[in-house]
Amino acid sequence: MIRSLMKSRETILAGAILVLVLAIATRFPGFVAPSNLANVFNDTAPLIILALGQMVVILTRCIDLSVAANLALTGMVVAMLNMAMPGLPVPVILALAICLGALMGLANGLLVWKLDIPPIVVTLGTMTIYRGIIFVISGGEWINAHEMSDAFKAFPREVVLGLPVLSWIAIAVVIGFIVLVGRTPLGRAFFAVGGNPHAAVYTGINVGLTQCAAYVISGALAGLTGYLWVARYAVAYVDIAGGFELEVVAACVIGGISIAGGIGSVGGALLGALFLGIVKNALPVINISPFWQLAISGSAIIIAVAFNATSNRTKGRVILKKAEHAA
Amino acid sequence: MVMLANTQGIADTHPQTEDGAGPVLTLSGISKSFPGVKALSEVSLELFPGEVTALVGENGAGKSTIVKILTGIYQPDEGAIAINGTPVSFPTAQDAGRAGVTAIHQETVLFDDLSVAENIFIGHAPKTRFGLIDRKEMLRKAQALLDRIGARIDPNVTLKDLGIANKHLVAIARALSIDAKIVIMDEPTASLSHKEIEETYELVERLKAEGKAILFISHKFDEIFRIADRYTVFRDGQMVGKGKIEAVSEQELVKLMVGRSVDQVFPKRAPQLGEEVLKVVGYCHPTEFEDIGFTLRAGEILGFYGLVGAGRSEFMQALFGVTRPSKGAIRIDDRIAVIRDPNEAIRQGIVYVPEDRGKQGAIKGLPIFQNVSLPSLKETSRKGFLRLAEEFKLARDYTRRLDLRAAALDQDIGELSGGNQQKVVIAKWLATKPRVIILDEPTKGIDIGSKAAVHEFMAELAAEGLAVIMVSSEIPEILGMSDRVIVMREGRIAAEFEGADLSPEHLVRAAAGITEVRT
Repeated sequence: MIRSLMKSRETILAGAILVLVLAIATRFPGFVAPSNLANVFNDTAPLIILALGQMVVILTRCIDLSVAANLALTGMVVAMLNMAMPGLPVPVILALAICLGALMGLANGLLVWKLDIPPIVVTLGTMTIYRGIIFVISGGEWINAHEMSDAFKAFPREVVLGLPVLSWIAIAVVIGFIVLVGRTPLGRAFFAVGGNPHAAVYTGINVGLTQCAAYVISGALAGLTGYLWVARYAVAYVDIAGGFELEVVAACVIGGISIAGGIGSVGGALLGALFLGIVKNALPVINISPFWQLAISGSAIIIAVAFNATSNRTKGRVILKKAEHAA
Repeated sequence: MVMLANTQGIADTHPQTEDGAGPVLTLSGISKSFPGVKALSEVSLELFPGEVTALVGENGAGKSTIVKILTGIYQPDEGAIAINGTPVSFPTAQDAGRAGVTAIHQETVLFDDLSVAENIFIGHAPKTRFGLIDRKEMLRKAQALLDRIGARIDPNVTLKDLGIANKHLVAIARALSIDAKIVIMDEPTASLSHKEIEETYELVERLKAEGKAILFISHKFDEIFRIADRYTVFRDGQMVGKGKIEAVSEQELVKLMVGRSVDQVFPKRAPQLGEEVLKVVGYCHPTEFEDIGFTLRAGEILGFYGLVGAGRSEFMQALFGVTRPSKGAIRIDDRIAVIRDPNEAIRQGIVYVPEDRGKQGAIKGLPIFQNVSLPSLKETSRKGFLRLAEEFKLARDYTRRLDLRAAALDQDIGELSGGNQQKVVIAKWLATKPRVIILDEPTKGIDIGSKAAVHEFMAELAAEGLAVIMVSSEIPEILGMSDRVIVMREGRIAAEFEGADLSPEHLVRAAAGITEVRT
């Protein structure tokens, strides 16, 4: 009973998304056209990628508030690099973006691991530092479309098998995470560390190292998204993706990733991100003010958390023999 | 409230200790059962104003149960409590406090981030005319209370900046602030330095002089004989002796404590000792233990006995790599081994089943089979990828052996009962095929039936050639299961016993430091 409830958390969210899409379709049938849905997915791709990175961090009882700043800094660095060396091939840029992002994630991870600073404080600090660095290296200047090479801008938009590369990357990341989280010892360690850090220590899992690994993954994905973002919108400046970290955390929370750590799934994070993406894309279409959009996103977060809280509350200890068998 | 006034009246007329003064608190015929265990059976206890009564007994004798009954946390099944002859009951902790009973626990229950004065007066702070806390008055009163007990503590200081001894003083000041008549001190000196212990004794003298009735729980014989006026001995939930401290000797107290033979049945074993598996030499830690050395052979059960805080668990954690020793070496089979973290310990064949299984054992949120396979993932995975089917098989094999009662192995471990969670934790360790298994208080807090099962199982493991280290504070268990016993005291090995030397008296004396027996 309890198990089926747990399992169905994703199902319920998927149902809510379906209802939402159908409700929108009644007022604006064009919304459910495959091409539009593909657009919505493509638009949500950065959120999906970052939400998955955030998910593993939250699983280990940490949080990464620096993802959006990391994204913006990496984006600025690769944009400046492209400006200086327009001939640099895209794969090199991708690799650089991922490495730079991972390095910033490593900084977070090391601070949490080695200095034992609370994750929220560490990433709040690095968030501000990373944003500050963007200003320092760019002098507050924008880098605009005409300053970027065509190859640089074209990559995320390139259409392969009917979908842009950006969408394909998001799909690849989702598949990668299904394997990572479900099929590797590191993925298992994320759950163990978040579920019971004390027990994890006695099981031979290095808690700090595992948390650090989660930050590196989150950082690497932020770096990757940094390049994709800047290339897609063909602009880089200090404030890109400002406040996006909260959307990323919100996607995780709506997707049922427990802020207390140890509970969550790739499907949940994916659905959480899709939900927010659909709300964001659909409301302007059906002429609802962006303020409502914020209110709806906010309500979704609270409803999701309340739902998780109640489903955890029913999970009392099973002492009675008959309950044990019923469970 | 009427009763409280009455209490005060009587206590005030007997400010000094004098022979013949009636008991302020009388417990009679108190029984308390928990599912599967009779914790207390018709015990009686009397506390006299201005006197210290030492409560003595082994772990599990029922001391903490009686404290919990006195402080309103447990309700007795049978029996009566009377204060100055008036029957009372303590349905809640507040009622006990109102009746003038207060307990100072080993780990003080105070608020680290509040000031000393706030800690003393939390819940009953003096108020101004407007109903706000009168800080000035509170500080003044706090200072007065602290002076009264001779504590040189600034009431403005934040509690966390104080040492344990001073925190105790704050707890005592708090007790005085609510005008307690009966003060329970539960092993107040267990984690204190020499100087702090002396200060605690002085404090007890002051409280006596104020006419408080003190119940002093301790395992240390020297302090019992130094500060107690009376003694009461509990054994296996029964009151087995009481009287004036002058009328009893150390030997007699030890005898009363450990009693004669133990009724509990332990599995019959014919230990087949094999090769030496583990040798520890000169293990030291800057603050926790010093110069620990011993050997362990395959098929052997080695017991570690000692009082709470003797450093047994701390040493085991270092042996398992959770903390690092400052000095020392270990040899596993014929290799010198270096253990820097638990992962290495597991690889070298040492596993540790920690004392606090809820906190350190089960990982809630993971299903049963993943809990079992967690330390064995290297074996069940291939090329860095997990194979769930292998994990499932491993979990099935080991949980079946332990007779785990669960609906399905992919059930969340949090849905299991405590005893079954424990089985999962043990299965997890056995699945790593260890050479040495360390069991820290393996039967603490479980009922007699499960205890027997754990003992049976331990014997089986040893018979299969596993070397077992068992940390236990229960004498019957130590004596019933171990081939050899090491007694630790204050971070060092106090004695080692085997064969005919294994007697309750020897263990208790070595642990309490009555005489140093080093063999």
